Amino acid sequence: MADTAPAVILDRVTVIYGKNCALRDVSAVFPAGAVGLLGPNGAGKSTMLKALLGFVEPAGGRLEVLGMNVAEKPLEVRARLGYMPETDGHIPGMNAVTFVAYCAQLAGLPKADAMQRAHETLFYVGLGEARYRNLETYSTGMKQRIKLAQALVHDPDLAFLDEPTNGMDPKGREEMLELIRDIAHNKGINLILSSHLLPDVEYTCDHVVVLDKGTVATFGPIEELKGPSGRVYEVRVKGDLAPFIAALHAVGMECRETDEDVMRVFVPGALTGAGGDQQNICAVAGQVRVQVRHLKTSLPTLEDVFARAVGDL
Amino acid sequence: MSPIHDQSYRRYNGTRLPVGRNWGVIARHGIRSMVEKRPFLALMLFAWIPFIVRLVQLYIVANYPQAGAIIAVNPAMFREFLDQQGVFVFFTTIYVGAGLIAADRRANALQIYLAKPLLRMEYIGGKLLVLVSFLLAVTLLPALLLILMQVAFSGTLEFVRNNVFVIPAVVLACFVQVIVASFTMLALSALSKSTRYVSLLYTGAIFFTEALFNTLRVITGSTRVAWISITANMQQVIDAMFRMPARYETPVLVSALVLLALVALSISVLERRVKGVEVVS
Repeated sequence: MADTAPAVILDRVTVIYGKNCALRDVSAVFPAGAVGLLGPNGAGKSTMLKALLGFVEPAGGRLEVLGMNVAEKPLEVRARLGYMPETDGHIPGMNAVTFVAYCAQLAGLPKADAMQRAHETLFYVGLGEARYRNLETYSTGMKQRIKLAQALVHDPDLAFLDEPTNGMDPKGREEMLELIRDIAHNKGINLILSSHLLPDVEYTCDHVVVLDKGTVATFGPIEELKGPSGRVYEVRVKGDLAPFIAALHAVGMECRETDEDVMRVFVPGALTGAGGDQQNICAVAGQVRVQVRHLKTSLPTLEDVFARAVGDL
Repeated sequence: MSPIHDQSYRRYNGTRLPVGRNWGVIARHGIRSMVEKRPFLALMLFAWIPFIVRLVQLYIVANYPQAGAIIAVNPAMFREFLDQQGVFVFFTTIYVGAGLIAADRRANALQIYLAKPLLRMEYIGGKLLVLVSFLLAVTLLPALLLILMQVAFSGTLEFVRNNVFVIPAVVLACFVQVIVASFTMLALSALSKSTRYVSLLYTGAIFFTEALFNTLRVITGSTRVAWISITANMQQVIDAMFRMPARYETPVLVSALVLLALVALSISVLERRVKGVEVVS
């Protein structure tokens, strides 16, 4: 990235919808590059993006995008932003190339340039062959791509992508993630990727901001957050789980059950010696009379970071 | 060997137009997409039939002055012409206006528009301009052309000189007709995601108020309640512009205030409904 100044700064931002406080006194710095905005549904991710776009007015605090105050220069901010909304959105009665060119014109590009870039962007997102088809006939995956195209066509300095892989099949999802990774790492566009899918963020982003219940749970470079002073182990046991989990907690270990009947046990602190952690886990299992059937060293994932940050671990 | 054109994504270093001109982009797109529709072109063609009829009238009176006793060319003729065009104003408003915002709301397009560097006012202005342009094309344009043709056929400016107020009256009357219809329709279009429902709402607003007025007129035996009807208010105000006797007992000022209130209400609805995000609390 040429510019290393923060892309977005939130200073004690509060957003209230009726009686609901969607963002509560949030302060965060989004560095240049690719930043993941993680959080469970209802954490306030989309609200944050909408506040940055000026769609919702914060009850308090200050929002800064690319060095500009959103409240003071909303048009200048939006001229440098690209926004891919979470929900389907298109302009009725248009084919893809007309739609994307129209969006480019709305972003300030002259008509001829808008049309040329519309073609290029559609090829880039993989809709080159379908660019003359009416948008109403597009599949869900194609609609995601067209939303990305309209967000990129005017060459923004910062793109907000809200759940970009929603509803896509595995192959389409993979391609979309490749595109996002390319945009952020090879095309020089800063991006904020809002998602509840941890692997998506982990694959495409360098930094992460984790939101939970309208507040920032944690933020920082993913590698730093993933590599704290501790190790992660995959454990499967036979026997009563509840006393085993309680016993692990009692000795300072934390654990989380996954969908695959395998627990992820986090052992904090420095390593005491080769195999020391495994011996400790087996000792705890022995105390509560459960059999360890599977014990394997694992790499810390963003999922572990997320789970610890939002308090599920 | 010529270079292969790079069809991948490239950074853009070209010119960017200053912000604040997007209403023009929106209006141009709206107008273009309308004129591409054949039924709409047919409607426009029908809307110009009264103009042809009046043109024949002007020609006959100019060439056979004795015909003026039956089909007189006077300010009232222009007033009648605008009254006739009211039907086409109604249909054009529904055809063009009903989907202007409703279709965007149905397709979640507002978030796309408002994420671009444009103000809500620009969006509304652009949409309004689409409707206003077509409505002026069926009111102001033929009316002014008629005045021009009257001068051309008669070969003298005598009519214009003797009725100086006609040109400003035509212009003002058309604008009253067009502005009231456009704002009302745009506000209704912002209230729903269904174009059909918006059409019904507009038809209801016009006919229900008229029917209510006529019912009350029969019951009370007076036309003081004409302010209830949008059409009656419009007639009352436009009649005053053409220096014609008032049709109803409602004061012209009251009718003008009702129309003004309707426009103000429409602006307030648009202000509330045209947003990038819909908050349901």
